Amino acid sequence: MKPHPFDYVCADTVDEVTTLFAEHGDAARVLAGGQSLLALLNLRLLEPALLIDINRIAELSEIREAGGKVEVGAAVTQNRLLAWPGLKEKLPFLAAALPFVGHFQTRNKGTVCGSVAHNDPSSEIPLSLAMLQGEVVLRSRRGTRTVPASEFQLGMLTTARKPDELVTAVRFPVQTACRVAFREVARRHGDFAIIAVGAVADGNRIRLGVGGMAGRPSIREFTAGGDLADAINTLAWELEGYEDQHASSRMRRDLLRRVGPAVIEEALQCAG
Amino acid sequence: MRRVNRDQRSRVSVKLNGRNVSAEAEPRMLLSDFIRQALGATGTHVGCEHGVCGCCTVLLDGVAVRSCLTLAMQADGRELTTVESLAGADGALNALQQAFRKYHALQCGFCTPGILMSFTDFLRRNPKPSEAQVIEVLSGHICRCTGYVGIVSAVLEAAGSVDSNAGGKP
Repeated sequence: MKPHPFDYVCADTVDEVTTLFAEHGDAARVLAGGQSLLALLNLRLLEPALLIDINRIAELSEIREAGGKVEVGAAVTQNRLLAWPGLKEKLPFLAAALPFVGHFQTRNKGTVCGSVAHNDPSSEIPLSLAMLQGEVVLRSRRGTRTVPASEFQLGMLTTARKPDELVTAVRFPVQTACRVAFREVARRHGDFAIIAVGAVADGNRIRLGVGGMAGRPSIREFTAGGDLADAINTLAWELEGYEDQHASSRMRRDLLRRVGPAVIEEALQCAG
Repeated sequence: MRRVNRDQRSRVSVKLNGRNVSAEAEPRMLLSDFIRQALGATGTHVGCEHGVCGCCTVLLDGVAVRSCLTLAMQADGRELTTVESLAGADGALNALQQAFRKYHALQCGFCTPGILMSFTDFLRRNPKPSEAQVIEVLSGHICRCTGYVGIVSAVLEAAGSVDSNAGGKP
């Protein structure tokens, strides 16, 4: 199908975007990579009055490292971050998770911030942001604010972004613990994850992140050596798992029971 | 700031396979439709129109993207490369196309233009890919005829011949 008609603006500066947002609010949508947005427009699940293209705003296309954090601008594509030379050393969890984001072809255009702003519960990048306790930088005519992932991610496709705010960047703290593992189960590599599971091991402390079960990424901490199978079974019941055309809640819980311990084991075995 | 209202048409200029061309488009026109209907280059195929099947994959500034998940407006001033660019002027197939023929990597051919363009970009960046890497990139396409095995063989063989074909077609 074809999108419903909309007005199109290709912005040159962030100020232009925030001015348009102040005027149009929810009726306007940002076009970054468009890999989720264009699909929603083509299916007419969304009918915005105005699309604001931010791809030609130079200040949004940078990856910067400052104050122990890696800042990724709103126009940076997933494949550009994947090819960033410092990624494996500074953000090994993201290095493990990014190859699962869509396909080679969609990562060429899809942005890191766009995925965070869209906040699909099965997406790898929102899960990574929650795992690494990152933050989101939002700008509007009213000013700039920085929101931690835990407060930004409210639920399925829902975030703390106000209708007049642009996500200008996300920041990932540089990792000190390098033992990581990431796996997911999907119908086809790159499709929406039925579940996505990641782990970061620091000494005998394990941080486990689960996507695709609840409306937003779920993060839990465990200590190695305890009864992990039991703890993960409890977690599976707590998260319940949603039901969709790909899997039942019961199947999601079963997958977590199987994949969870395997991912933790893999992170603990990882040389880092 | 460039603004085009929904009922307006605006000129979009691109370099299509090395030739400067332009046509008018309204904001909601997809790049896939622009290429086929406005520029008349029908080698690019349109399948699902929501980024799943990969048929419409083209190179935008040399990078493989879904043209159905791109607006025509976004291509303005940029370089587009489509399947029409692969064979020589005399119709001679390039190395990747020849390998597709050799390994029966296509049957009906509907998905083929997208797959060829994906690997044109991928092989340029990864001249010596592993079989697993080829399969990962191929996961961004759906082929209902071949069962994919022939496509993987063809890409691996074409990758092997990339060096001897250096300076050839993109």
